[in-house]
Amino acid sequence: MKRLPLIIFAILVVFLVIGLKLKPKEIPSPFIGKPAPAFELSILSQTERFEPKSMLGRVWLLNVWASWCTSCREEHPLLIEFSKQKLVPIIGLNYKDKDPEAIKWLNDLGNPYDFSVVDAKGKVGIDYGVYGVPETFVIDKSGKIVHKHIGPLTPEALNKDILPLLKKLNS
Amino acid sequence: MHHKKLTIQNWPHGFFRSVLFILTLSSLGLLAVNADAQSNIAQPLAKDPALEARVMDIAKDLRCLVCQNETIAGSHADLAIDLRNQIQDQLEAGKSKNEIMQYMVDRYGDFILFKPPVKSSTLVLWLGPFLLLLLGMWTLWRFIKKQSKTKKVTVFSDQDLSQARAMLESKDYLKKDAE
Repeated sequence: MKRLPLIIFAILVVFLVIGLKLKPKEIPSPFIGKPAPAFELSILSQTERFEPKSMLGRVWLLNVWASWCTSCREEHPLLIEFSKQKLVPIIGLNYKDKDPEAIKWLNDLGNPYDFSVVDAKGKVGIDYGVYGVPETFVIDKSGKIVHKHIGPLTPEALNKDILPLLKKLNS
Repeated sequence: MHHKKLTIQNWPHGFFRSVLFILTLSSLGLLAVNADAQSNIAQPLAKDPALEARVMDIAKDLRCLVCQNETIAGSHADLAIDLRNQIQDQLEAGKSKNEIMQYMVDRYGDFILFKPPVKSSTLVLWLGPFLLLLLGMWTLWRFIKKQSKTKKVTVFSDQDLSQARAMLESKDYLKKDAE
């Protein structure tokens, strides 16, 4: 009984340590395991339009980006490196951006995307539950979202989560 | 001088009531702080005040995911503005509040709700505080019982008694009161 305060303190410490490691900014997506929402958007600096259903049968990445987004700049070199491996198509969702600025951004920094689609008003972003750019979705052959990475991609996230997942999905 | 020990018998009358009162007050205080955070409403978007009121009524129950302690009604973040527009579009399209809430949950998960639904994964959230309160009351109860068992009678030493007797006989205390 005398040790009770100490025990309570220890329990509190455990909870606080767990709390420190949680990332409240990373909200689990309700989309995991569900079909990627359909949309039809024009492709940046092209006349064609794109629909996700045209990707059925392939594993692909949907990366949400914008020229105004500073964290996108952070993940950009990594994405360029990754695109060189040509593992899967990477499609950009240019979120709430202006075409000339987006094009300039790609010209200046390099273009890791097979192509980007224009979501100028952010409506498709809302449909995908996007709340912080950049976000990256992994979509499988049946058109289901299997993974979502919130915030800039890191080498760790890429090597630990995304690459093994892509290998598994592609096998 | 021998001081009288503070035991359960000489605690102020209604001690328990005071404790309960303080607990109630502090929990009300927390509620008030929460309500205050929610009453901070951003500038209106719609021109129609009735529609605007309905948009805000829904927006105040939704969490802004960028600035997580704000509601969509109270936030100036871009996403909050977009979502308020989305609510407005859907209201104009004749959707009900429940349908719009479901639309948001489908996209952003339960996290977007300021009041999380009661289900197995949120039971701890809903019941935890009450369990802690019960635990606290149980601990308090045990503590008090233990205290009341230990010393019920205050024993005065012979010296205390003779001092008291001497004071009574000399009536010094009357003079002190008169001064």
